[in-house]
Amino acid sequence: MSALVREGRADAGHYRFRHAARMEWIKLRSLRSTWWTLAITVTGAVAIGVTVGVNTRNAAGDLTNNALAGMVPGLLLAGVLGVLTMTGEYTSGMIRATLAAAPRRPGLLAAKAAVFGAVMLAAGEIATFVSFFAGGLALRHGIGAPSLGQPGVLRAVILSGTSFCLVGLLGLGLGAIIRHTAVAVTVLVGGVYVAAQFAGLIARAAFGYMPILIVANSLSTTKPEPCGNGAAGCPHFLSPWAGLAVLCLYAAVALAAGGWVFARRDA
Amino acid sequence: MIEASGLTKRYGATLAVDGLSFGLRPGAVTGFLGPNGSGKSTTMRLIMGLDYPDTGTVTVGGRPYRRLRWPLSEVGALLEAKAFHPGRSARSHLLALAAAGGIARSRVGEVLGMVGLEAVAGKRAGTFSLGMAQRLGIAAALLGDPGVLLFDEPVNGLDPEGVRWARTLMRSLAAEGRSVFVSSHLITEMALTADRLIVIGRGRLLADTTVAELAARAGGSLEDAFFSVAGESAEFRAGDPQEFRAGERGVRRPGRGRS
Repeated sequence: MSALVREGRADAGHYRFRHAARMEWIKLRSLRSTWWTLAITVTGAVAIGVTVGVNTRNAAGDLTNNALAGMVPGLLLAGVLGVLTMTGEYTSGMIRATLAAAPRRPGLLAAKAAVFGAVMLAAGEIATFVSFFAGGLALRHGIGAPSLGQPGVLRAVILSGTSFCLVGLLGLGLGAIIRHTAVAVTVLVGGVYVAAQFAGLIARAAFGYMPILIVANSLSTTKPEPCGNGAAGCPHFLSPWAGLAVLCLYAAVALAAGGWVFARRDA
Repeated sequence: MIEASGLTKRYGATLAVDGLSFGLRPGAVTGFLGPNGSGKSTTMRLIMGLDYPDTGTVTVGGRPYRRLRWPLSEVGALLEAKAFHPGRSARSHLLALAAAGGIARSRVGEVLGMVGLEAVAGKRAGTFSLGMAQRLGIAAALLGDPGVLLFDEPVNGLDPEGVRWARTLMRSLAAEGRSVFVSSHLITEMALTADRLIVIGRGRLLADTTVAELAARAGGSLEDAFFSVAGESAEFRAGDPQEFRAGERGVRRPGRGRS
């Protein structure tokens, strides 16, 4: 057999996480749809932040929260991209080539999640920082732009930026569990958007645990919700850090369940 | 190189592979012959670790596929024409696989040249004809320069020139000392390509022999010999055509195109 130049490997060793991760990075970046989706998501988030800024008349409101208003609609695209990153493997047949190259499945899903999560984290942080500054510049009516040095502002901008990553990973996990794009997207939209509309009616305590309400009311706020003195009618929202922990938990549970069935099921 | 022992795989009510045992030798093309739906593709999937057997084991060089150190450098497989994302270029597809296999980027250009796809390497693979898709699959199989090659119905969609090219390629890969395992439902194609034959019907081993030996049984006609071997299996003949169709459906599961 002909001799091959091996790259970054000792023949005595074996393929590792970094090899699978490099494969997933090349796969993700070589699809045009990845870049289109990210561009639309980030641009949309910034455009909404600017629109809200232009129309803001109340200087006493949470201006940072206003500028970050575009993150919530963007979660849908981030989650769908996560779903497609996994279900696309099955609809295209690529899964056979992927598993031929990296057959240890939990490691493969971990590599996919790491690469996809890193890309979405970068996209989310770009979206929040650009939204924050653009939304601030768009303010009129003599309202001054908020600055990162004000209390809670930097935290709100950075934590909101993690939401694309965390909801994207939730989508990736759902895609691994469900494998069918339409069903997985339906579950994602149901869980992230629709459930939030009804959760409050069923159990007020559940309200604050809904992903979009965490992003809108826990991660992206600089001030506690101005809601009457713990009155019964006031929804309870999680603190920023508790909200982040709950979103992380959702993504981790979806990925762990996805990894578990992925490893055990026929591909 | 490949050792299958007592492989059984059931999909729902259908027994796709039934107590199958066989071995592959290096330096030979082993034909895997059986009618459509006889369990060839399922067996290939079991070798690759894509599906898990209900009972039995299959190993490559003594290890199950998922325990291979550098899988692409040990086994190359063309399982189906479409094992790539249609939105990705042929080159990107191969570069991604090369990254997982720790294989030099320069090798991607080499295999693209070997299968004659250099000119279209930058095009999205979704635009490829069936024959070009088969060639991309063969390029992926050759990427890691593996000692074992699995080809599931490789000449499907190839034109006569492509069929001859694939046959010559498989012969030369075996001549280099590799184990080549090629499935087909075409007896005549197997007669031209294979040294040894593993014949299955309804998931069961019917014959493990050489092409010459099998042909000698029926006075020189491999086709006649095949049908006489297939006929020896009561399970395979199974009386009525209804039963046979049930077997054909066996390796396909609903909603997933797979042959």
